[in-house]
Amino acid sequence: MTPRAGITAVLATCALFALASAGCARHAGRTTIRFWGMGREGEVVQELIPDFEREHPDIHVVVQQLPWTAAHEKLITAYVGKSTPDVSQLGNTWIPEFSALEAIEPLRPWLAKSAGLDSSGFFPGIWDTNVIDGEPYGVPWYVDTRVVFYRKDVLERAGYSTLPQSWEGWREAMRAVKRVVGKERYAIFLPTNEWNPPVIMGLQAGSPLLKEDGTRAAFRDSAFRRGFDFYMSLSREGLAPSVSGNEISNVYQEFARGYLNMWITGPWNIGEMRNRLPDSLQDAWATAPMPGPTGPASGLSLAGGSSLVVYRASAHKAQAWAFVQFLARPDVQLKFWRLTGDLPGRVEAWRDTALTADPNMRTFGEQLTRVVATPKVPEWEEIAIRVQEQVERVVRRASTPDSAMSVLSADVDRMLEKRRWLRDRSRATGGGGSR
Amino acid sequence: MKSLTSEGRQQSAAWTFLAPALVLIGVFFFVPVLAGLVMSFTDFDIYSIGRPDTIRFMGMDNYRHVLADGEFWRALRNTLYFVVVGGPLSVATSLAAALLVNAKVARMKGFFRTVFFTPVVTTMVAVAIVFRYLLHPHYGLVNNALGFFHVAPIDWLGDPHWSMPAIVLLAVWKNFGYNMLIFIAGLQSIPEDLYEAAQLDGAGWRAQFVHVTLPSLGPTFLFVGIMTMIGQFQIFAEPYVMTQGGPLRSTVSVVMLMYEQGFRWWRMGYATAIAFILFAIMMTVTVIQMKLQGDRGQS
Repeated sequence: MTPRAGITAVLATCALFALASAGCARHAGRTTIRFWGMGREGEVVQELIPDFEREHPDIHVVVQQLPWTAAHEKLITAYVGKSTPDVSQLGNTWIPEFSALEAIEPLRPWLAKSAGLDSSGFFPGIWDTNVIDGEPYGVPWYVDTRVVFYRKDVLERAGYSTLPQSWEGWREAMRAVKRVVGKERYAIFLPTNEWNPPVIMGLQAGSPLLKEDGTRAAFRDSAFRRGFDFYMSLSREGLAPSVSGNEISNVYQEFARGYLNMWITGPWNIGEMRNRLPDSLQDAWATAPMPGPTGPASGLSLAGGSSLVVYRASAHKAQAWAFVQFLARPDVQLKFWRLTGDLPGRVEAWRDTALTADPNMRTFGEQLTRVVATPKVPEWEEIAIRVQEQVERVVRRASTPDSAMSVLSADVDRMLEKRRWLRDRSRATGGGGSR
Repeated sequence: MKSLTSEGRQQSAAWTFLAPALVLIGVFFFVPVLAGLVMSFTDFDIYSIGRPDTIRFMGMDNYRHVLADGEFWRALRNTLYFVVVGGPLSVATSLAAALLVNAKVARMKGFFRTVFFTPVVTTMVAVAIVFRYLLHPHYGLVNNALGFFHVAPIDWLGDPHWSMPAIVLLAVWKNFGYNMLIFIAGLQSIPEDLYEAAQLDGAGWRAQFVHVTLPSLGPTFLFVGIMTMIGQFQIFAEPYVMTQGGPLRSTVSVVMLMYEQGFRWWRMGYATAIAFILFAIMMTVTVIQMKLQGDRGQS
């Protein structure tokens, strides 16, 4: 047992006693709120609790850590079993689902009461992921997006000092890299088991992915097709190998040997690159914001990350909200960044020089001003997997682009049938919202 | 009269003793199965958990959609592959192992029985980790061994053509020990004099196997065949931990599809419909198998 786990166990035991007998003198007269955190964040957040409890002597926070793989099922089960926590972390793509379940609290009244905490303090694309039908349901905690990691030295050998920021220029650079590295090596890694790159390119080309209020697929429309064709051209020209992430046993090794020279991935890989690439290559890699079809301004990426939500069933919403306010404060977000490397969602935190001293952080800071949410429907995660499956079929020549996109659209339209029915019903009854 | 009342008393005593088990089976088996059946006629989904008024009665729609869904047929094809290839292979392996372990000349029978049975009681996740190393395309033991025979490296888990054979091999290796034990029990119940009589009549080991061993194992075969078939139809853990259904969905089984639809996407109505379709298929195959083997047994 690690010391931290030991402390957790002691705290948990204490909390159990507190609940059972209202004893545990230390907590007498304090309100206990339950916070569920996931993965590493759930572990590290414990280190912020003492500060919070000093500021709020009347509140005691009990943290329960959930592994990411079990978090979704655990939250749904908790909701069905009426045992949701008071406040939790929630992946921001899960917010549509939990708001449809009416499990989480609409935050407009709480935000109105809290000076200095509103949408203007956060990256707009990130804030937007928390807003369903005009109503905010979560406050961004940490954020996550994807940029291009590339081998600076290889690109220089190919005649480029920076990564071009338009699709055409980017593809030209990839062709130049391919000429330099040769037949058996590739310019870019587009794993066939990831939906993110083709979806990002579709978004960049202006596709909403879903249309008519998230009730119909838009994958057959020209905008998505433009992005998809660009994605496919990289694979068809031999600039990207047709392999899945599972077939590459160690991406960092392949990046080091120059088998792969660009990779669209997220902030967690900054640390991984530092740890896993040999020292001799530490100056040879860099990051750049996503290139877009018409230049930097169109270089959108995904608005990922986790938000903080308060549960409707909570008996201590005011205390839970106080905890959300605390975690959303710029200084606390910076401290959390130092502890975890998770990027702060609060724009003010990005004025800190420690954060902006790192050029890779600046890349992410810039990209975060150009992020968009994926469609805010509970079905999105399943749709994303269908997109990946159909794209993989085309990459592996098991299907043509035309037939893959019509199969995809038909599948997704069928998945969204319930949404169409709900929308029509709420229109017929004059009920508010199309949720 | 007296005997009747005592019979009645006996009967009520029997019911009293049975009651706890019956209540448990009723509450934890029949009620959920019935609820599942009802659910399979509705569109119970993620929206319905929060707002039960959005549950719609769908009639047979879920069943129709399942049968029209290419995903389901792909999963069924994969599952039948497990049943048709994996089932007989598993039974044959079990029988071969049982014959070896049970042979008169065999030494250390207990040791080998334990060794062959160990995979059955080993957790699937641990097995999967080891197998992923064994099957690794570059430095896996399996490809190294094949290299001796000048077989080019096979990407066992990454190539859609090889993923199924890889999973079948894993499943056979993991499970043959259980049937082996049953076969050993069956073999030991064959009276020794049958073999002696056969030997006196001049039967060699092959004739003894075909005319004594196999017929005597008839009931064991029926049991092992049906249980293996049912087990193969319900295959889930092996592909779930090895490939998560990939590559290109080539290892998705029906139960895995049901799990995804039910617990990942929370489409409970649809998932329960898949469950009942799978039940119908398994029931049909079991009845056919019992008829075939029963007829043969009687003739």
